[in-house]
Parts: sequence; structure tokens; C-alpha cells
Amino acid sequence: MQAKSATDETTKALHDAVLVRLKEKFGAAIEASEIAYDFPLFIVSREKIYDVLKFLKEDPELNFHFLTTMCGLHYPAAKGREFGMMYQLHNMPQNKRIRLKTFFPENDLEMPTMIPLWDAANWMEREAYDFFGIRFKGHPNLKRILNMEDIDFFPMRKEFPLEDPTRDDKDDTMFGR
Amino acid sequence: MSEKTHINDQAPVEEKEYSTLNLGPTHPATHGIFQNVLKMDGEIIVDAEPTIGYIHRAFEKLAERRPLNQITPITDRLNYCSSPINNMGWHMTVEKLIGAELPKRVEYMRVIIMELARIADHIICNSVIGVDTGALTGFTYIFQWREFIYEIYEEICGARLTTNIGRIGGFERNFSDKAWEKIDYFLKHFPKGLQEFENLLMRNRIFMERTINAGGIKADRALAYGFTGPNLRAAGVDYDVRVMNPYSSYEDFDFIIPVGTNGDVYDRFMVRQQEMKESLKIIETAVKNISRTEEVYHGNVPEFYLPPKQEVYNNMEALIYHFKIVMGETEVPVGEVYHAVEGANGELGFYLVSDGGRTPYRLHFRRPCFIYYQAYPEIIKGGYLSDAILAMSSMNVIAGELDA
Repeated sequence: MQAKSATDETTKALHDAVLVRLKEKFGAAIEASEIAYDFPLFIVSREKIYDVLKFLKEDPELNFHFLTTMCGLHYPAAKGREFGMMYQLHNMPQNKRIRLKTFFPENDLEMPTMIPLWDAANWMEREAYDFFGIRFKGHPNLKRILNMEDIDFFPMRKEFPLEDPTRDDKDDTMFGR
Repeated sequence: MSEKTHINDQAPVEEKEYSTLNLGPTHPATHGIFQNVLKMDGEIIVDAEPTIGYIHRAFEKLAERRPLNQITPITDRLNYCSSPINNMGWHMTVEKLIGAELPKRVEYMRVIIMELARIADHIICNSVIGVDTGALTGFTYIFQWREFIYEIYEEICGARLTTNIGRIGGFERNFSDKAWEKIDYFLKHFPKGLQEFENLLMRNRIFMERTINAGGIKADRALAYGFTGPNLRAAGVDYDVRVMNPYSSYEDFDFIIPVGTNGDVYDRFMVRQQEMKESLKIIETAVKNISRTEEVYHGNVPEFYLPPKQEVYNNMEALIYHFKIVMGETEVPVGEVYHAVEGANGELGFYLVSDGGRTPYRLHFRRPCFIYYQAYPEIIKGGYLSDAILAMSSMNVIAGELDA
């Protein structure tokens, strides 16, 4: 238990430190922040997400130089913020990790590409395009990566059913999601 | 004489012509379904275009329809050379979400299994590097030990390759006497087998000529490409999740992180070789500090850990929990967690978003080889075709994990 509260405190300290730096540089572009288990989480507006990530990467003090992962998100119920992207950064020398998210409406699925910052973003953005249809402006090779190229839907979107919806021999009303 | 001059004058200036070579999708040298369309200048690779996704099985989508305990078999099929690490990474992700704390003994048991899995994975990768350089002998000998590790899994969970080992909250049963016996045998005799394998390759002139300075990547490029695991360490960055963010009591163990300098095939081989020895050390410590007779093999998480079947018939609470777990009606906290484990080929992360429903709202796997395989064209450009084959096997790209 001792160890756990120590972790909580480090996360809190990291959250506060990063939030101060981001707020003074970007102000209202940092829409919200919270602590999600052992990760500080920042919600950033899409207009500023590239600048925020660039700042986090290049600031010598923050030094979040490593892109751990990124993925697309879909919340059909949140009107005007249906789609999102999640980024996770890592400052290896000081072992600090943070998560950032940005949300945008479903009729305007355009994101800036992060390839200028990290080469690793290339395939991860293609994956997000492949599964969610999020388009990355400036991506040199934005095509499907895991699915076949001639499908005309984006399978990780919530409206895409996992099973054939025309089947009537299965009743999922009791135990479906 | 004059005729010759005349011919020289007329000789057309030929434009350089490249040939296209399809390496894969199913090629015996690529150990899996990988397609690379190579642009070749003779035997030199000028450009490469990898195509992936041939065995995509929609794991992230599937996971959105399955209760948490049913996702474990999916994780088996990511990096299937070391399934137990994936299984336990997933268990620990869920345990982080529900805030479960496990007894030390369970965590040590997990460490033993995970390190065995790491050794099995490294055996495959390193012996296959040998095969690709033309040295089949080491492969045939050391594979006995991989087989032996699979026998240990079999004693513990009944399965060999896609293990589905352990449960959320611990193990499904205690290690049997036979399992302990096998682990002891492994600890006693494997170092000799490993040494024999190393002697065949490490200072082998042919092997060294083939692997040193082949398929290398420098540390800054490796970091930009999101490398983790042995491939990043071979480039000289001492990043290891087990040390940076210890999970499952790894902080109790004393081991070193081997690093290379060049990030080439030879360094990757050597890093894995050393890691196997470190893993052995970890297993030895764990085995020494664990009680073999104690019957503690799971934590107290009745809402997620199936009760013993006998109790289900006689005990009301056990019956309720059994029903809730089997029907997937357990209450899951709302929240999002990311948990990373040091997989055999890099940082394997699970990003789990739970909205309180019976299944994850979103589950994203950070699959290490999906992220670092995109550096493959850069690594092989300007090199020989035979080096490209070596680079791929030394990067330990596993098709199952790559394509999810």
C-alpha cells in the first residue's frame, strides 16, 4: 500500500508539472486533464495537437522523446466529439509517461500527421485510418495497412457489427454488449 | 582499329535498369507471412515496400465483444512464440483496472513462467539467425530445450503453444511436483545446452562475417522508429520495462540489462544470448525464494477468479460468482488503464478503456513488432538480399503480433 500511494504522488506531481508548462504555452488549447490510474491524461484541441506534441518532444526539460503508441477512438454518443486519437509519450531518461487525447466531429476527420516528429507514427496512423477512417493530413502513404484495400468501411467504428446482423438464429439481447 | 573507335562512339548510354523481386508473402526464408517488394540493383536492395496484414484476425474488434477473461486466448495469438508473457500482461492489465493485489508467491510463479517464455522465444529467434546464416546444427540441438519449456507449460496449464495460462487473479492450479521437477531439471541442464549453442556461433568466423555490420540501426533512428526490447538494447539504449516500470515483483530480482553498440544482427544475437542467461538467474532466484508446498496460487478476487467446482455445488457465494463470471455479468470499474510488460521482442502494452460494460469499450494492443517492423526498408536499403533475410529474422518479427 505504501508503494502504491508513492506512485500516486509521483503521477500527481508529473501531472501538475506538465500541466503548468502546457497551460502557460497553449492556454485554452488544453481542454481538460485528469489522472487515469498511473497516467496523467491531457485532452488537447485538435488545432494545437501537433504543436503540443512537438513542444513536449523538443522541450529539453519535458523531453517526451519517445512515442509509445497511438490509436483511434470512437464515441458515437458524444455529439461533435465522436472520434478521437490517443497518444502516449515516454520520457525514458526520467521514466515519465503521459497520455494525450484529442477529439473531433465525425464529419471532419482530419488530423495532422506526426511523422515529422516520429517515424514510428507512419504505420500507426495508417492503422488508425484503416480502422476508423481518420485521415492524416500530410501523410505520404495513407492507405490501408491490415485490411484489404478494396473494402469500403472502417471496421473499428462502433456501428460496424462484429457478426452478420442479418442472422436470426442467435439472440444476443440477454448477454450482448 | 578505326572500326573499334567507331563502335565505342555509337555505344548507346544505357539507362540503369532495376529489377523487381517479390520476397514473400510465403517465402521459406521469411519464417512467416511477410511480403516485401524489393527493387534490386543486381544483388543490392535499392528500395523495399513491405505489405502486411495477411493474417489479420481483427483482435481489437473481437475483444470488444468478449468478457475480460475470454480475451486471454486472443492474446495467445499475438506473439505465439511467448504466449505466457502476453497472457500475463493481459491479466495484469485487468488486475490494474480492478485494483487487485496478488500474493508474492503468485507473482513469483508468474515471473518463472514469463522468463521461461522469454528463453523459449529467444531460443527460436537466435537459432533461426543461425539457420539463416547456414548453420543448422545449433538450431536442431537447442530446440530440444524449447520443447522442454513447452513440456513445463504443459504440466502447468495443459497447453503448449497457445497457452491461455493463468487466470485474472493468479493461476488456475498450483504447480505440480512434476512441474517443479522439470523446472529444476531445466535450471540444472539448460546452461550447458545454451553454452554449447553459443560455442557453435558466437566466435564462429563465418557467423561473425555474416552478421557483424549487417542489418544495423543506430540508437537515434531506433528510438524514432519506436523500437523497444532486445532490438533497441542492441543499439545501446538500456530500456527494459521490467526495470523501468517493474510489475509482478520484478523489483525483487537482481539482473542486468545487456546492451549492444551497433544495433546490427550480431549485437541483437548477443543481447538475446545474454538475456537468456539473465532470465535463468531470475528463475533461479524465484525458485529459491518460493515455497513449493504452499497452496497459494491466486489472489482474493472472487468476482473474477472462478471458484473451485466442488464449492460451486455447495456454497451459495461460489455459485453466484461462478454464474457471474461465466455469464460475463461481473461489475467492471469505469476507467482506462495502460499496462506494459517486457515481451520477448519489446514493450507489449495493453490500453484498455472500460465503460463499466461486460466487455472492453476499446482495447488497443501496443504490439512491439508492428511498430518497429516499419524500419525494415530503411535497415535493408543498400545492403545485400541475404543480409535482408538475416535482418528480418534477427528483428524477431512475429507475423501473429504484426498483423493482430
